[in-house]
Amino acid sequence: MLWWEGCPSTERAVEAVRDALTGLGLADVQVRMREIQTDEDAQDTGFVGSPTILIDGQDIVPAAADEHIGLSCRVYRRRDGRISPTPDPDDLSEALRRAAERAGVTR
Amino acid sequence: MSVSIGDVAPDFALTDTEGRRWSVAHYDGAPATVVVFTCNHCPYARAWHDRITQVARDYAARGVRVLAVNSNDAERYPADSLDAMRERVAREDWPMPYLRDATQAVAREYGATVTPDVFVLDTEGRLRYRGAPDADYDNPSERAEWLRDALDAVLAGSIVSRPETKPVGCSIKWKS
Repeated sequence: MLWWEGCPSTERAVEAVRDALTGLGLADVQVRMREIQTDEDAQDTGFVGSPTILIDGQDIVPAAADEHIGLSCRVYRRRDGRISPTPDPDDLSEALRRAAERAGVTR
Repeated sequence: MSVSIGDVAPDFALTDTEGRRWSVAHYDGAPATVVVFTCNHCPYARAWHDRITQVARDYAARGVRVLAVNSNDAERYPADSLDAMRERVAREDWPMPYLRDATQAVAREYGATVTPDVFVLDTEGRLRYRGAPDADYDNPSERAEWLRDALDAVLAGSIVSRPETKPVGCSIKWKS
């Protein structure tokens, strides 16, 4: 998870990832945190906002090509259309489930 | 600098997306004025936006005025430029003016820190509430209850029971 201290939703995002992993029987999967501290960090990593959740390097919600790269909070759209600072839990679970299947670690 | 509960909030005169000038409540006798620092690019501001606009609609008939102020550095965050603000207002149904604080002086004088950051002033321009609209950006059923509670108290001439809460959102993007 790429995160920036200017956004207060990191803790909630981590909880969402842990909940999703637990729901898939993958509670022992490690979540790596990487803090993005500078504009240079953001440019180097293509950071489009905090939190950005990568599974095997792939963004669970691929960013639009023209999305602003920089230190900001990320805009997610929930499945019911609402704007949120964190991804829809179902999108998160689905992305994790697909990754687990690819890796052959489903339980 | 910042405004504390009970202080008379600083005057300001800012221009909205249509080029009209707006100032704070005590110039026109509004019973309460809400100044909300907000912006286009922040998910917290956008998550709470519909609840704040509903407050503006619900309290308009009681004379409450809501002023939305965008103070972010538009050079680093082009989504908050005046043009982008105009496009958003044209695209959406805004019941309140959207003001540009290009110098960031108003945000600094109020001590705004994040978007959204809500300030409720009474008819004398005194700060009666400052903080978040409600307890959870992700729960629309909260209906901006903290803001509504503050307005109800101000309109009734009574004490605001919860005058300060912690504003939650994206940091205001200050110019370097």
